[in-house]
Amino acid sequence: MGRFVIRRLLGVVVLMFIVSAATFAVFFLGPKFVGADVARNFCGRVCNEQSLVEVKAKLGLDKPIYDQYGAYVKGIFVGRTFGSGETARDCPVPCLGYSFKTDLPVWNQMTDRLPVTFSLAIGAGLIWLVSGVAVGILSALRRGTLFDRAAMSVALAGVSLPVYFTGLVALSVFSYKFKWFVNVHYSGFTDNPAEWAKNLVLPWICLAFLYAATYARLTRANMLETMGEDYIRTARAKGLPEKVVIRKHGFRAALTPIVTIFGLDLGGLLGGAILTESVFGFPGVGKLAVDAIGQQDLPVILGVTLFAGFFIVMANLIVDVLYAYVDPRVRYS
Amino acid sequence: MSRNKLVKAGSVAAVLALGAAACGGSSSGSKPTSTGVKATYNAAIGGVVNKSTKVGGTINYVASSDFDSLDPARTYYAYSWDYQRIYQRTLMMFKPVAGKDGASVTGDLATGAGALSDGGKTVTYTLRDGITFETGAAIKSADIKYALERSFAQDVINGGPGATYLSPILVGGKTYKGPYKGGDLASIDATDPKKIVFHLTKAFADFDYLMALPISTPVPKASDTGRNGGANYQFHVVSSGPYKIATYQPGKVLNLVRNTAWKKDSDPNRLALPDKINLIEGLDSADEDQRVLAGSADMEIEGTGVQQDAQSKILTNPTNKVNADNPSTGFTRYISIQQTVAPLDNVHCRRAVQYAADKVALQFSRGGPIAGGDVATQLTPPNLSSYKKIDPYPSGSDNKGDLAKAKDELKQCGKPSGFTTKIATSNKGKGPKTAEALQQGLKRVGINAQIVAVDPSTYYSGVIGLPSNVKKQGLGLAVAGWGPDFPTPYGFFESIVDGRAIKKDGGNSNYAELNDPAINSLIDQAGSETDASKRNDLWAQVDQKVMDAAVILPFVADKALTYRGPRLTNVYINQAFGIYDFVNIGVTS
Repeated sequence: MGRFVIRRLLGVVVLMFIVSAATFAVFFLGPKFVGADVARNFCGRVCNEQSLVEVKAKLGLDKPIYDQYGAYVKGIFVGRTFGSGETARDCPVPCLGYSFKTDLPVWNQMTDRLPVTFSLAIGAGLIWLVSGVAVGILSALRRGTLFDRAAMSVALAGVSLPVYFTGLVALSVFSYKFKWFVNVHYSGFTDNPAEWAKNLVLPWICLAFLYAATYARLTRANMLETMGEDYIRTARAKGLPEKVVIRKHGFRAALTPIVTIFGLDLGGLLGGAILTESVFGFPGVGKLAVDAIGQQDLPVILGVTLFAGFFIVMANLIVDVLYAYVDPRVRYS
Repeated sequence: MSRNKLVKAGSVAAVLALGAAACGGSSSGSKPTSTGVKATYNAAIGGVVNKSTKVGGTINYVASSDFDSLDPARTYYAYSWDYQRIYQRTLMMFKPVAGKDGASVTGDLATGAGALSDGGKTVTYTLRDGITFETGAAIKSADIKYALERSFAQDVINGGPGATYLSPILVGGKTYKGPYKGGDLASIDATDPKKIVFHLTKAFADFDYLMALPISTPVPKASDTGRNGGANYQFHVVSSGPYKIATYQPGKVLNLVRNTAWKKDSDPNRLALPDKINLIEGLDSADEDQRVLAGSADMEIEGTGVQQDAQSKILTNPTNKVNADNPSTGFTRYISIQQTVAPLDNVHCRRAVQYAADKVALQFSRGGPIAGGDVATQLTPPNLSSYKKIDPYPSGSDNKGDLAKAKDELKQCGKPSGFTTKIATSNKGKGPKTAEALQQGLKRVGINAQIVAVDPSTYYSGVIGLPSNVKKQGLGLAVAGWGPDFPTPYGFFESIVDGRAIKKDGGNSNYAELNDPAINSLIDQAGSETDASKRNDLWAQVDQKVMDAAVILPFVADKALTYRGPRLTNVYINQAFGIYDFVNIGVTS
């Protein structure tokens, strides 16, 4: 197991290198092919040739692309200094550069927004996991009943309705009409836990509704398949109580693909719940990405891409490790 | 807001009396009052809605995004300039009053308009007594000098308009690099802590207006050093107005509280009514509208207008409608017709475009008469003093184009069956729809245009603002718009039609590269004309000549549907910004 984890961690490093190199090339080399100049994004609208030269020198954009990438990677591990003399700016480890638009360090911007995205993703993740799996199991066990049909219809709606729809409907009804959740905005957990939770209720529900639907359908299908297996029949024939058969033999086997997809979904969301954050105006990593894309703020786009990539890769790793515990049939060599 | 202007001192002659005449400056500040009016539709355009002096309470503003910067030397958004007036003071300021007078300036830190000497080449301001930073330290002329100097440091504080405006005007400005590398700029004399003296290359009539921009917000040099200085100053700005920043989390919140060091005696322009002013940033636009209509927020500050859903909720509901306004923003939306790209180098081909365009379709691409604005027939926006209605290229009785005349012009151009060209546009906002509306209109007479959509971050600076690129890509038509940084005809026209303002190496705003000696001469004459009526006549001639050249196809004089929360007091549109003035707004509860 130890060797497996180390091997996978090395794979993560290689993968992150490839992702960073490819993303860097797309954003910093790509524009050159269409005659655009990256430095103009930082130069502002009042941009002339002289200020363009100064901006290039300050950001190191006047150097060859491989030097720029080398400096970028080096900055992540040992930090970096932009400019020189009295106006030099130190970018501490891990340096992902400065935003073209706000002049804030990219790393600080992302870590500053991470609590928002974590609050959203983990809370919603718990809700959709518990509710989705529970509904899926009950539907499977009550196949063909009114509950099963109703639950699957709701699940279908959940899969079909995007967050930007359910979010706006939820705001219209519960915030503007009934005023149960007035002025929904992100409030820090450490500032006021009650406010934090209250403001997150609607985003959690909307985000969880989308995912729970998928999980309910997946769990139901897995449970139905598992409960039809020979070993379930054997367990029943041995006289095991039905609850034990379901919990220890049926549910555990059906859980394996759920763990896989949950890990990936959560990993993806930690890189930014773009739509939910945008609809509710939550200043998370996803909103940062949307704003950066809109402003062509390349260092931020690059940083968020690496950030999101890191979470997905790490989620994959964790899922693989968890497999061994969830499903004894899985063995690592 | 297109504010990309190079102010050319060369166009203004030395006239001693001109500064005061042109700037309308007062000597003792402007009483922040105007006629109080009841809340009705459009009431805030000319009057003060819910006039009050009630102190206390909290205002809750919302915005869809963060300011471009809180650094006064860097910010360039109209609403950001307006908002900074709450907690920052400048040498001069746009009068905090409703109606046309809001477009004129008055003394803020200065006691009044600049005193001119040496044939208008020396401008002297005297500072008020009792002016302080939030630290309690007295504001000295050196703090304003330093603030203006740092706006030259474009490699450190990029994006602001300071260097562009000031470098041609101030002696030594063209080679000055800012205080970080260039040391001291001798043409700004702050020897006397109560006086600041500017030495200009030539007299410049609108200098008081320049000093009303955030670039003249005082900056204490000691606060602009080390980790908190330079580009980082925007996160540690020192207030000089009645409020100071309590919390600033970029993209999240900006909360203001009272600045106890501010002395009311030193500031005749600000009422400072609420105790706290909160701003939540980064909200979805539709959500912003809903919050304001539901009363959980008081106002959206960007002033770009409510979304379509909210428009119907406002216009069809009398209770909501009395709290709404539909002001002119001061922008003219137009299509730049590039005379450097064949066959548009032929005036008849350009005129064919003027006649063939469907102005109603173009108007609706901007949102229609309410959210978009009125159909425009000339470059001058209606709120400028020099506005005189002209319509050189009538688009028929229905404003949908005069196809017969367009075809006739095509014949004269030698392209009777039309031609092909490209339409450049930003790929965000209303640009793509505008380009499509233009494309459809031109197609009716055989002008086939391919749309080239570009990201807005480089559209103005490096695509249509780079003359060599326009020619290289054959961008015959370009979707554009313009509003003045300061509401004078000079502030509106100079950058976009003065041939001497063409910037060959990028950041050009005279997109069509219009360089007509007759127009340039009229601009010079208007700049030196002391009589306001004659000056307006000259600017009207500029408008006429630009239209005669057919390089600009104006189609909409911008408007926006905006909403003011009913509990807000002292609400009015400030003509200088075309949006609500935040300076003296209070709350009833």
